[in-house]
Amino acid sequence: MTSKLNLDFSVVEKARNSARVIAEDTQTFIERHTTVTVERTIVRLLGVDGIDDIERPLPNVVVDNIKKGGGLAEGAAFWMGNAMVATGKTAQEIALAISAGEIDLTKLPVQDESKIKAVIEEEAEKMVALISGNRAQRDDYLSTIGEGPKPYLYVIVATGNIYEDVLQAQAAARQGADIIAVIRTTAQSLLDYVPFGATTEGFGGTYATQENFRIMRTALDEVGSEVGRYIRLCNYCSGLCMPEIAAMGAIERLDVMLNDALYGILFRDINMQRTLVDQYFSRVINGFAGIIINTGEDNYLTTSDAIEEAHTVLASQLINEQFALLAGLPEEQMGLGHAFEMNPETEDGFLLELSQAQMAREIFPNAPLKYMPPTKFKTGDIFKGHVQDTLFNAVSIMTGQGLQLLGMLTEAIHTPLLQDRALSIENAKYVFKNLRHLGDEIEFKSGGIIQSRAQGVLKEAADMLEEIENTGIMATIEQGKFAGVTRKMDGGKGLDGVTQKGDRYFNPFIPMMLGGAK
Amino acid sequence: MITTNNGLDLTKVKPYGDTMNDGMMQFSFTLPVPCCDESKEAAKQLLIKMGIDEPQVVDAKDLGVGYTMFTMYGKCSHTIDYTTIEVPKVDSDVMDIHGVEDFIEANFKRDIVIVGACSGTDAHTVGIDAIMNMKGFDGHYGLERYKGIKAYNLGAQVPNEELVANAIELNADAIIISQIVTQKDVHIANMTELIELLESEGIRDKMIVCAGGPRISYELAKELGYDAGFGSGSFAEHVASFIVQELVNRGM
Ligand code: B12
Repeated sequence: MTSKLNLDFSVVEKARNSARVIAEDTQTFIERHTTVTVERTIVRLLGVDGIDDIERPLPNVVVDNIKKGGGLAEGAAFWMGNAMVATGKTAQEIALAISAGEIDLTKLPVQDESKIKAVIEEEAEKMVALISGNRAQRDDYLSTIGEGPKPYLYVIVATGNIYEDVLQAQAAARQGADIIAVIRTTAQSLLDYVPFGATTEGFGGTYATQENFRIMRTALDEVGSEVGRYIRLCNYCSGLCMPEIAAMGAIERLDVMLNDALYGILFRDINMQRTLVDQYFSRVINGFAGIIINTGEDNYLTTSDAIEEAHTVLASQLINEQFALLAGLPEEQMGLGHAFEMNPETEDGFLLELSQAQMAREIFPNAPLKYMPPTKFKTGDIFKGHVQDTLFNAVSIMTGQGLQLLGMLTEAIHTPLLQDRALSIENAKYVFKNLRHLGDEIEFKSGGIIQSRAQGVLKEAADMLEEIENTGIMATIEQGKFAGVTRKMDGGKGLDGVTQKGDRYFNPFIPMMLGGAK
Repeated sequence: MITTNNGLDLTKVKPYGDTMNDGMMQFSFTLPVPCCDESKEAAKQLLIKMGIDEPQVVDAKDLGVGYTMFTMYGKCSHTIDYTTIEVPKVDSDVMDIHGVEDFIEANFKRDIVIVGACSGTDAHTVGIDAIMNMKGFDGHYGLERYKGIKAYNLGAQVPNEELVANAIELNADAIIISQIVTQKDVHIANMTELIELLESEGIRDKMIVCAGGPRISYELAKELGYDAGFGSGSFAEHVASFIVQELVNRGM
């Protein structure tokens, strides 16, 4: 590809190498550790689901039991397998028995290790087959009913009530949306369990539960067949239950997942050790399930300046790319995040936005980039807001973005009303249609504002990565280099759920889902 | 300025389109019924009930689920007596950073301690940072920069218990909180809880308590038991001026 920006790809290569070193460095830490939610994910993937009489999710019951018995280092696969061999019960029956106080996992006599592995592998294969089946079904839908052209129109629903969300989602699909994201309720990311069942009460969003996933999936398949486009479903596998939500999403055929440890560390104060370990397993699952992940770099620009800190977005995207590759997630599933968040008072701001969007496109040619709309500089002036979104849509179509998170004219006021979303979709359809091939027709002036901007940002990002390569990612976060937010290695939520793996530890899903590569 | 007797009567103010007292207003809303002659008529009748004369549906479209979005114009029949309007407001003077610093030096022999947080489940730090952090916002320095003020920003998602415990420990003169998420009235519950907690600790009278955020008005804050509320477009000097003057007024 010829670069419209005249980027120096040797600088890109150098930056990418630094990012690779940074990710690999962290990966050695990741591989030595496990967490309570990683173990609960294994329990879920072994077929355990549901809650007990006091509404504790059974995966939590199981892992709490292991933790209390001091067995977390061996992992849930070991203890569940051991119990299955010892008792002949299924994983679900064992979970129920633990809840009833009839079984204490770490007190059962330890069985022959090869038998434990065999019984677990048999169970694991069933789940892996189910997830492969979902992936095949998605491919089948895509080849039979088809999909909308990129950029996909991506809108959110956030009523708090899953049934109301369904109505809003189906309306959006009929209006032209390609992806429906169900925003999670405030503070779900800090819950160390996943709520159960269909829910109708949420604040600024709706609980991510497996039942809610199922309800929305069914509704979108229905409307997708009607409108002749496969409608993708998006949710959030971030926060303290990152890999569990990835597993639920893989089981219920979600298509897109927000999935970014850095976001959780910086914006939710989740402990970095915990969430980096969690992220790895969740990305392995997402990769295997064919789910497009979205990373959260766009958020950096809500707390720091979009012009001054643009390079932190690129640096973080490069790191996220390497973490994803290590988890077996291909470029085609990397919805790396960036955003149109410059102060609208900036002279030539449109040129700078265009430059950065084109830069991201050229540096990540195969990634379905997730492009976020103006949010921070939206105000109560909804009329101006609609115009801001129009410029944003223009940049997107000119630079071939992948997932277009539609801006809302009411962004500064409330989560979208039915009519707000309809206006946004109309705006994007109008701009995309009228400007469809504009990008192919234009070149940028050599040495002009647009080219120079991108070259400058790239250089700063490469320098930053070189620095991180020397200090390590964790120390960089401690120093507040991303989003201007400082987080400590031992600070934040969830650290007590992290433990070193013991000798007998195994997670059957990693080798199966990485296709035996690891 | 051109002064024609254009018919403006401040005791009977009406919306203005292009002619004084034409009452012109624009509307957009959705009715949960399909797009058809009957729903357009329903929309018109709704505006008539709202006191709008000559309602016109200028656009109506189906939103995909048998609901219809309307864009409408009409002429308002109501008027407002502008001369009798009273809005409760912070009535202290707004001083700039130097004014506040001088005021503190002239009136206090100690530093003023202000403890702030984005409290409850709210994770939006940008607003409270704009008010408190050194660099401030939009060219207005934050409280940390003020000589004579000791500002403690506890960050986001701070539970009320923790906030109160910190305020006691730091011997705070004032607590200031930021509330951005207002969906389903979460802020009301959280703001009320803080006041109740301060009352049960018996320290509500010993501190100035203020709240801020884009949907927070002075009136709402007062109603919930706060000393003042600050909305969009507020800066550190607004809350700082209020706090220092209020402390003097109350002899604290
Ligand atoms: C940035 C942002 C985020 C960032 C926050 C990053 C961070 N660390 O702060 C992230 C991405 C994390 C985020 C998350 C969410 N967000 Co948000 N977010 C915004 C956004 C785009 C900008 C807010 C902002 O920074 N404004 C700039 C600051 C400077 O303005 P300000 O806060 O109004 O502050 C000024 C005044 O209000 C005042 N002020 C504020 N506080 C105080 C305090 C005192 C004492 C004083 C004196 C003055 C004062 O002074 C400030 C300076 O003038 C707004 C949309 C918008 N444009 O407003 C949505 C918005 C606020 N978010 C919203 C929602 C729903 C959420 C989520 C709940 C979504 C979800 N389901 O996950 C989560 C919240 C999670 C949680 N637990 O709170 C809604 C809130 C709707 C509502 N009315 O309830 C909004 C309006 C978007 C929308 N339309 O849906 N968000």
